[in-house]
Amino acid sequence: MARTEPEQRVRDDQVRDDQVRDEQVRDEQVRDQPARDDRAQDEQGRDEQARRGRLRDELARGGRARAGGRPTRDEAPRTARPGDEKSRADHPRDPRAPLRPPLGLLVATGAVLLVASVALAVTIGPAHLALGEVARSVASHLGLRVAPVPTLHDAIVWDLRLPRVLTAAAVGAGLALAGAVMQSLTRNPLADPYLLGLSSGASLGAAAVLLLGVAVLLPVAAFVGAMLALLAALSLARVGGTLTPTRAVLAGLAISQLAAAATSFVIFWTARGDSYQEIVAWLLGSLAATTWSSVAIAAGALVVASLVVVAAAGRLDAFAFGDTAAASLGVDPNRTRWFLMGVVALLTGALVSVSGSIAFVGLLVPHAVSPLTGPSHRRLLPVAALAGGVLLVWADTLARTVFAPRELPVGIVTALLGAPVFAWLLRRGRGAAWS
Amino acid sequence: MELTLDGVGTRLGGRWVVDGIDATPPAGAVTGLLGPNGAGKTTLLRLIAGLLAPGAGAVLVDDDATGAPVAVDTIPRRRRARRIALLEQESSATVPLLVREVVALGRVPYRSWWGADPDDGAVGRALAAADASHLAQRPWDSLSGGERQRVHIARALAQEPDLLLLDEPTNHLDVSAQLSLLTFVRTLGTTTVAALHDLNLAAQYCDHVLVLSSGRLAAAGAPGDVLTPALVRDVYHVEADVLAHPRTGRPVIAFTGPAPAGVGERAGSGARPSGAESSAERQVRDEPSPARPSHDTESATREVRDERSSARPAHDGSSAARPSSAGADDTALADASRKGAS
Repeated sequence: MARTEPEQRVRDDQVRDDQVRDEQVRDEQVRDQPARDDRAQDEQGRDEQARRGRLRDELARGGRARAGGRPTRDEAPRTARPGDEKSRADHPRDPRAPLRPPLGLLVATGAVLLVASVALAVTIGPAHLALGEVARSVASHLGLRVAPVPTLHDAIVWDLRLPRVLTAAAVGAGLALAGAVMQSLTRNPLADPYLLGLSSGASLGAAAVLLLGVAVLLPVAAFVGAMLALLAALSLARVGGTLTPTRAVLAGLAISQLAAAATSFVIFWTARGDSYQEIVAWLLGSLAATTWSSVAIAAGALVVASLVVVAAAGRLDAFAFGDTAAASLGVDPNRTRWFLMGVVALLTGALVSVSGSIAFVGLLVPHAVSPLTGPSHRRLLPVAALAGGVLLVWADTLARTVFAPRELPVGIVTALLGAPVFAWLLRRGRGAAWS
Repeated sequence: MELTLDGVGTRLGGRWVVDGIDATPPAGAVTGLLGPNGAGKTTLLRLIAGLLAPGAGAVLVDDDATGAPVAVDTIPRRRRARRIALLEQESSATVPLLVREVVALGRVPYRSWWGADPDDGAVGRALAAADASHLAQRPWDSLSGGERQRVHIARALAQEPDLLLLDEPTNHLDVSAQLSLLTFVRTLGTTTVAALHDLNLAAQYCDHVLVLSSGRLAAAGAPGDVLTPALVRDVYHVEADVLAHPRTGRPVIAFTGPAPAGVGERAGSGARPSGAESSAERQVRDEPSPARPSHDTESATREVRDERSSARPAHDGSSAARPSSAGADDTALADASRKGAS
């Protein structure tokens, strides 16, 4: 719509006047800054002043004035707003908010469950033992004076079942912990502890011992195999570019395939009869050959790694929105990632050397416990570790009793349990991670 | 926080994506970082945040203890995170966080090694300050875009920063969310540098703007001084008129369209009365920034700008013949394009 020229001129004059006036205002503002604003923002401004006053009050109430704190430029009197009280009041629990029990409760429950599981699992087996016998056997080995246990039963408890059950607990806990850390470091919900070729490397090492007769202890060979695979994967990831998580995962995949092919070839070419059974059982994950030294290896690695990882829980949280966000929160993403990946790889190498590669525990347990713990690693890591321990104790108990006297590799049991649970979690759809 | 960019630049893949920027965003004010896609806004924000070490020059801030200028990239990481907060352009979480947990991330630089926060109330205060307390227990992925930005701001406030860096904070927000977000940022009184795509938002909310073009500083100063038709054409390759907002007097940029012919016709006709232009209107546009003492010491910028607009090859023959101001060029161009289209 066209305006007549005089109208237009009046309008323009006014605009120019406004400009000049505004410019004076703005000149002031730049010097003494942005509390006051232009007229159109005045209304919003009043609300904002109220809000800002509130912020200042709250900060003051927090009683923690920062040294040389933020200058408060706005000394305008606070206008009370009807909304003030309401927005400050505690908000009722949102029905959409997930239930998150306190960490102490979760850890206590997990610990009780784990101890009970270990105790019960030791009593289960072809030779029926009572809990009391188990307790007395353990007590006598710890040097306490208790009523003696029949030698055979004592040997079953102390030399066979207890090391096995404790190894299961440590391996399960370690795998769950390693899986949780890998998933946040790679920001990939499908990451598991074997991601960087560790399990395939360990398998190749085991195959070399069992089938090719390399004269070293099986756990040593498996650990060396796992570490060589890790080094190969990281070097491959570094070739022709920077070391990013995605490149590391892809390189791990390549090395896994290569090591798996080599293992399959060795099995195909040399395995006969018993040794075939033995290597297949190892590949699927088995705790049949555990001794007290397995307990020492697995539990030792678990204790060291979990101390490091739990201390880094806050830094792991900072990865939730990616590397740049982590960096802006004061975490060095690369250094943290490689340090923690190294710790997790050493832990996984130790675990795989005593148990072979046990599927699904590291992938599944973090997802299964996170609805209760939330994604905060200070809560997630200990609870996942306890849950992983409980899971593997029972999975191994099933593996050695269901078809007794024959034993299933425990990896078959975890996969059988894991797949449906995973499907159920998927069906429940847990937000962004699953979309 | 006092912030000085001293010839700062950085190379990515052999190209200077940020090149020799000298600027002093005013303390306690909102500075808009403008420029087309790929001009280096995000990279410059990362340099200011200390996340990238500059290949040349330095980003200087005042040391919180001594007050002496220090290069940001040399401040220890955690200490820096207590003073500078950065809101990224795109950020999505891979884990199902609650809003309160997102805001608590802002406390990471304050936590002790076993995870204790020395100030329990900080998260609640940050939520309240950003008016997001009612969202505290909501899952992060159930929030709308505007609510997410609000929560990100709360996360940044939980860092208790002296310098707030926002990378296109109004992206994907509806107009009311854009306005309330920027209004809120202004009330904080924290030194803020915000990369913005919307020139009108920048004109309305920023006290100072830096305009980047291919990694270089094309102009700096108050929006009213800097956002001229000539600058918009030079930097964005878009024809525009700069009007004064009828109520606030702040500059309003009315885009006509990309340089020559036809495309801008429809938008142009809405922005001005049809028929012959009134002389008064032309006069207003000829003087986008009335002469007045500059409150910044950056009059050099204006010289650069003038130089650029006169040195630039004309878009069509008719305007080349006119030795006139950028505004007149602009009018001539618009006239020419209208004739061409009809």
